[in-house]
Amino acid sequence: MRVEQIAVFLENKSGRLAEITSILAENNINIRALAVADTADFGILRLIVDKVDEAETALKEKGFTVGKTMVIAVEVPDRTGGLAEVLDCVQKIGLNVEYMYAFVNKTGENAVLIFRFDDMTRAINSLQENGFTILESSQVYNL
Amino acid sequence: MSTIYWDEEIETLPRVGLESIQLKRLQSLINRVYRKVEPYREKMIAAGVKPEDIRGLEDLQKLPFTTKDDLRENYPFGMFTMGLDDIVRVHASSGTTGKPTVVGYTRSDIDIWANMMARALACAGATRGDMVHNAYGYGLFTGGLGAHYGAEKLGATVIPVSGGNSKRQITIMKDFGSTILMSTPSYALNLADAMDHMGIDPSSLSLRVGIFGAEPWSENMREEVENKLNLKAVDIYGLSEVIGPGVAQECLNSSGGMHIFEDHFLPEIIDPETGKVMAPGERGELVFTTLTKEAFPVIRYRTKDITSLHYETCTCGRTLVRMDKVTGRSDDMLIIRGVNVFPSQVEHVLMGIEGVEPHYQIIVEREGTMDTMTVEVEVSDSLFTDEIKGLEALTKRITRDVKDILGVTCRVKLVNPRAIQRSEGKAQRVIDNRKI
Ligand SMILES: [Zn+2]
Repeated sequence: MRVEQIAVFLENKSGRLAEITSILAENNINIRALAVADTADFGILRLIVDKVDEAETALKEKGFTVGKTMVIAVEVPDRTGGLAEVLDCVQKIGLNVEYMYAFVNKTGENAVLIFRFDDMTRAINSLQENGFTILESSQVYNL
Repeated sequence: MSTIYWDEEIETLPRVGLESIQLKRLQSLINRVYRKVEPYREKMIAAGVKPEDIRGLEDLQKLPFTTKDDLRENYPFGMFTMGLDDIVRVHASSGTTGKPTVVGYTRSDIDIWANMMARALACAGATRGDMVHNAYGYGLFTGGLGAHYGAEKLGATVIPVSGGNSKRQITIMKDFGSTILMSTPSYALNLADAMDHMGIDPSSLSLRVGIFGAEPWSENMREEVENKLNLKAVDIYGLSEVIGPGVAQECLNSSGGMHIFEDHFLPEIIDPETGKVMAPGERGELVFTTLTKEAFPVIRYRTKDITSLHYETCTCGRTLVRMDKVTGRSDDMLIIRGVNVFPSQVEHVLMGIEGVEPHYQIIVEREGTMDTMTVEVEVSDSLFTDEIKGLEALTKRITRDVKDILGVTCRVKLVNPRAIQRSEGKAQRVIDNRKI
């Protein structure tokens, strides 16, 4: 139910993002989803990739600070209001979202929401009880 | 509270009496060292000074200084006054560049050291009935064994717990009833955090006094550690080249500063640039001459520590001169907006924050007429969190601690590991881009 996400510390320097994507490309690692959170001074790049451990090793070798975090991937049917339904539910249950980002899968049929909650177990249980589909990690890595 | 003395007569001796003891010991020291230690003799000959020229304490100023470089050049035993047959112990301080400094002790030196350390403990209010929790590191470093022998000499009970394993330390504190904590101030704060995690209320422990030293610390840190550990925090000073811990100790009802045990360790304050002796109360570099040590005496040893000396009798009754808290090092001082800043202080701030590695660089720039200081800190894996707020809290904490300890507002920039240039293993700590 949980998906491993890679987070990379970004000094606020242009070219860092390109450097990271090319390191991953050289190592035949595919990026499934990517989001950058940043401040005036630094940023954090969050990545879902198909080969988590290889990506971590490759980036660390090049001197990046890398961490791994567990996140949840929620599948949202591609219809009007699909996204709103998930967010409404999250709010109603009172789940505390640390951060989230979204991407659309290859076929373009469904959107996938990546969530990090402070209480992951409760989040998984309550979302499932409310009928939402939470993807297995293998499904996400191979999207 | 009545003052506890270890050696009341000496500790309260009027200055005239004290100075006459100092002079007698100084003359005998210079005679002995001139005969027995070639590097000292050569330097004195070069300076045109003979032992018989030392007629008064003020003649000390005629003698050349001794520096850490002198000790390194004569590594390991070249500055000893006697053969290894009479040396019963050596200690060494790690060198950040090249060779360490090795110091040696005769049986009598060890005994003097234990007495000075017992005097320091008594000065901090310790008695035979105390349980001394000694969390200074045992080993080549003088801290652990120095404090240990002193506590035994005093007749207290020593727990030689050494550094590390905070949880176990706290359990021991609780079960054994430790009353006196000896450690670095930053380790004391770590212990306070660990107590918090373990859910132990410090007021349920028996801790009464903390004797903290071996690194610079501020009044704010004193307040923090006193509140968090529910004890009275006092400062201790020492360095291995002089003897180890027990060179100076802050008393419990202090007028401010640490009493230097000057019947054994004669202090001077000099201008680090010119080498001239400064007036009482003026800030400068602390210099020591050891008056009684046998194996490894030092003459006018430049500590590089910046402080000042105060000769007025203390409210505790001791006549022994007091030195202020050490505020920095003479060799790497930066002046930012009129405040003296020492890179080592930044390093100590960083080392006090769990997970932060002391890999940093200070960048000083001038914007208009304003000097700015940026501290670049490497984000190690252990420190990294994938949440912005975690890293922001970290930069805030570093900024606050730097402000507390150095009195300067800085900008903190988090950088990738190894982004800070290292030249031959030793990082260039300061980049001063000001064009003054
Ligand atoms: Zn006093």
